[in-house]
Order: sequence, then structure tokens, then C-alpha cells
Amino acid sequence: MAREAAVTELAGPRLGWLDRFARVFDRYLLLIYTGFAVLYLMLPIFVIALFSVNDPIGRSNVAWRAFTLKYWLDPFGVPGLFDAVATSLKIAFASTVVATALGTLIALALVRYQFRGAGATNLLIFIPMATPEIVMGASLLTMFVAIGRPPFFPLNELTILIAHIMFNISYVVVTVRARLVGFDRHLEEAAMDLGANEWATFWRVTFPLILPGIIAAALLAFSLSIDDFVITNFTAGRTVTFPMYIWGAARIGIPVQVNVIGTLIFLVAVGFVALSVVLGRRRA
Amino acid sequence: MGTFLTRHRGMVPYLLLAPGLLWLAAFYVYPAFQMFISSFWSGTLETGFRFSLENWRTYPAALERYGEQFGRSILYALAATILTFLIAYPLAYTIAFRGGRAKNLLLFLVVAPFFTSFLLRTFAWKIILGDDGVVLGPLKDLGLLDPGFRLLATPIAVVSGITYNFLPFMTLPIYVSLEKIDRRLVEAAQDLYAGPWRPGGTIVGAVVGGGLFGLLGAIFAFDVLLMVGLGATAGAVVGTGFLSESFARVTFPLSLPGVFAGTLLVMIPALGDYVNAALLGNPSTTMIGNVIQTRFLVNADYPTASALSFILMAAILVVVTVYARLLGTENASAVRGI
Repeated sequence: MAREAAVTELAGPRLGWLDRFARVFDRYLLLIYTGFAVLYLMLPIFVIALFSVNDPIGRSNVAWRAFTLKYWLDPFGVPGLFDAVATSLKIAFASTVVATALGTLIALALVRYQFRGAGATNLLIFIPMATPEIVMGASLLTMFVAIGRPPFFPLNELTILIAHIMFNISYVVVTVRARLVGFDRHLEEAAMDLGANEWATFWRVTFPLILPGIIAAALLAFSLSIDDFVITNFTAGRTVTFPMYIWGAARIGIPVQVNVIGTLIFLVAVGFVALSVVLGRRRA
Repeated sequence: MGTFLTRHRGMVPYLLLAPGLLWLAAFYVYPAFQMFISSFWSGTLETGFRFSLENWRTYPAALERYGEQFGRSILYALAATILTFLIAYPLAYTIAFRGGRAKNLLLFLVVAPFFTSFLLRTFAWKIILGDDGVVLGPLKDLGLLDPGFRLLATPIAVVSGITYNFLPFMTLPIYVSLEKIDRRLVEAAQDLYAGPWRPGGTIVGAVVGGGLFGLLGAIFAFDVLLMVGLGATAGAVVGTGFLSESFARVTFPLSLPGVFAGTLLVMIPALGDYVNAALLGNPSTTMIGNVIQTRFLVNADYPTASALSFILMAAILVVVTVYARLLGTENASAVRGI
């Protein structure tokens, strides 16, 4: 992506005071504004991190009192939190694996083949992303209630997993498809000319080339799953994931450890982004 | 593996599609259908539910009982959409046109909130907007605000939460559509004597600013005239400084697809949201999502809750369709016109 020179949307030979104002606006005010916007975006993240080193009295961690690192040294020191995080990780991992596989196959079919029903398939992929989560969660709940017998009802980890795979498929398809569209098919033809069969061509040429797209899709699916609250709320029953734990604790006061875990998740995610940037630079 | 597939080449795409599409059919399409059926149920979880078309009365009854919450959801979602647009457009514009080397860093900062938990972010606003928090505390100490003044448990807190949580959904599509614009088009416009836009920019800025702020004032029950005045003044200043002819006639029309996508991406989740109202609001700021959540998960009143979700879904489909008609066709022709 070539960086274009900044285009000044203002031109004119003579500068009146209005023009000078417009130029100041253009040069400085936009940048100052962006600075404030970034501060606004970062403020809650800063608050989450700040209150992970707070030492509140009682359960209500909403006012700053004193600095302490004791919750960082004992991040799972409240009952149930470890299990909640473990459940979230388990569901996120399983739903990522399944959704990434199913979604990649759909993306391959959509980009590589012309077939009847491609329009309907695209629609079916798009609609879940345009549906409010609450409607998807609610409709899954009515289905589980209507089926009314195990393993679907009562609700448990399996019903959450089913739901997470469902909403992740569309995002995987969109992400992998974006990578496939810019794919040079001559590479495959070359492999076939050199005697590779379709199976070998796929695994030795196609797959390695679309792998970055698949990894990006998997990371997206994982982060959507681990932070999902609304659909999980409807399909969890008594199962407690990390977001469900926060929701349950919100009324009586969120333990400081939750802020520690939240900050850790943020740092891990930032670390992943930094790593991908570094790896991308090295490859270039 | 090979022989079957070589003999039936036409089958390959369907075999690739089958597992994923079956999953979506079983766990997206069928549940939606089931939800519609469930809205015609009567009975309770203990006695079991019975389907009857007679139960269509659930719909008017639910609308009458929860019309207020529906109306509130629409108003709050509208307010949040306007606010995200006002915040996101200049931000996206700066990143796309003035980002320079910092472009990727700025984009990362825009999506950084997504790396923390949605619920924790919302809860953080509860701390920030708290009665003696970082915003209100100093103002109260200085005597600028009445000690009893509060933001929490008001519509402002709920809409602020929604605005913050969905801001990246507005910023990213606008950024993408601005980034795609061929800079030579802007240069061409300037070569063709597109200059400062006066008094057009000032007037348009004042009208748009006054209109949007007035709408916000009406939604929050502020003094509408005061809000229109404020918005018109701010709009006039911004319009004079920012709106050039090339922006009005090239850049902005070409960014409309992003505005369109961003509006839908904010409006749809905002209409169904209940987390912000639950954490930052009070019973008088209840949105339709809160009603649906409580009816389903606390009262197990599946028929009413299903009817409400179905109405919500239908309302969103209508909004999307009307909006696509209004803005979409113009967009399409603008893009094709290049």
C-alpha cells in the first residue's frame, strides 16, 4: 500500500483571514482533535488497568484508594474466576478450530467455483453479521427449549459452543475470502504442470499461501468467542464464562482480580499484534 | 479420494459448502423459525408450551406493554449513531489523509478497545462517569456543578456507553472508504478551481450541526433551542474551516458507502443492546433488549420475549431496507460514476 502525500483540500492564491483560519484548522485542529479522540478511546482501558492495582475496602472497586500489586501476584484468588477463565478459553479454542475449518471450506467454494446458489450462500453468510446478537441468542434459546431434552436442554458448555461456532463462521468466511481473492492461480497451474496432483497442489501450494488469511480468521474468531457476552448469556444456563462471571459480579462489585485478568488479556492481544507487525516487517 | 471427485466435478463446491452451511441452517435459520413459532406459544416452562394461532394477540399486547422501551431503544440508538458519526468522521479523515507514518498505529488505537472485555469497558465508564469520579468530581469541587448532579442512571450515561462501545464500527468503514479514494480525483477537482466553499460550507455546517444537535437535544430532553444554537455555531465554525468544494463534491460523496456501512454497524447492535442500559442506566432508561433479556432469562416468558425479538428483527430489516433504498442507490451511482 503506497502512502500518498497528504492532499490539501484548500487552494487559492490570496489568503484572507477566513483562508488562514481554514489553513490552521486543516493543519493543527484536526491533529489536536485526533489526539483527544485517541485519549477518549484509551481512557476506559487505562481505568481498567489502573483499578487492577487498586486496593479497595470491601468488594466495591470503583474509587481509587491505594496502590498494591497483591492482586497481580494472586490473579485467581477469588472463587470461580479460574474456572470461568478456563471455560472461556476452552470454548474459544474449540469454536475457533471448528469455525475456522468450516468457514475456510465455504470461502474456498465461493472464490474457486461457480455454482448455482452462490448468491443464496453469500446471503446466508452475511445475514448473521447483520443480526443483533440478542436475536441470535434468543432464537437459539427458544430452539433449545423447544427440543427440550438432553443434550440440548438444560443449557451447558455444548450449547455455548454451538452458538459460538455459528456466529464465528461468517467472520472466518469473510476474512479468508479476502485473502483468496488476491490469489495468483498461475502458481497452482505451475504446480500441476510440474506433475503435482490436485491434493498435493492444495497442500503444498494453495494452503501455505492462504495460511496467513486462515490464521487471521482464527485469531478473530478466538477473540470474538472469548469476549462474547450476549449470545453466551442466552445459551449458557448455569455455565460461567469469563464475561458471564463479570456480569454476575457487576451487581455486588467486581473483584480486583477481574481487572487483572482483563489487563492481561489486553496485553496478550497487544503482544500478538506487535509480533505480527515484527514478523511482517522481517518478511518484507 | 480422487476418482469420485474427478467423476463428479460439479459436486465439489457443494461438498465444501455443506458442513458450514448445514451448521448455519441448523443453528441460525432453524432457531429463527422456531422463535417465530414460540411467539405463538402459550403456557409456562412447568406446564409445557402449546402452539396456537389464536396467540397472535401476544404481538399487540407486547407492543402496547413495551412500546415505551421500543421507542427508547430507537431514540438511544439514533443518538448513539449521530454521536459516533460526529466523532468518527474527522478521526477517520485524519487517519486516512494525514496519518502519514502513524497511520497503522492510529488504526490500532481505534480497535484497541476491542482487546479488552466489552463488559469491563462498560464498567469502566461507570467509574469514569461516577458521581464523584474524574469527570464530575473536579467540577463539583470547583462549585461549577450542583453536588447532587449525576450522569450515571441517566440516558446520557447509557448513550455514552453505547457510543463508546460501537465507535470503532463507525470509524473503520469510513476510514476504508476514504482510504480507497483516488487522491488524483481530489487534485483534479482543485485543478478545476475547486477552492474554499463559501458561504456554502458555513451554511451547510450550521444547518447540519444545528439539526443533529437539535435532534440530540430532543432525545435527551435538553433545551432544544439552546442545542440547535450550539450545534449551528459549532457547525458553522467547522464548516468554514473544513468544508472545501473538493471535500463537498468529491471526498464526501465518495465516502458515503463507508458512512452507510458504519451507520448500520452501529445502529443494529445499538438497537438490541442491553448491557449499557443495565450497567449504566436505571429502570427509567430500560431498553427493549433489557426487556427481552429479562422476559427470557428471568421470567421464562418465552412467548412474549419471542414476539418482542421478532418485532425487533423485523424493525431492523425495515430500517436496513429503507436506508439502503434512500442512500444505497445514490451510493451505487456515485461509485459507478467514477
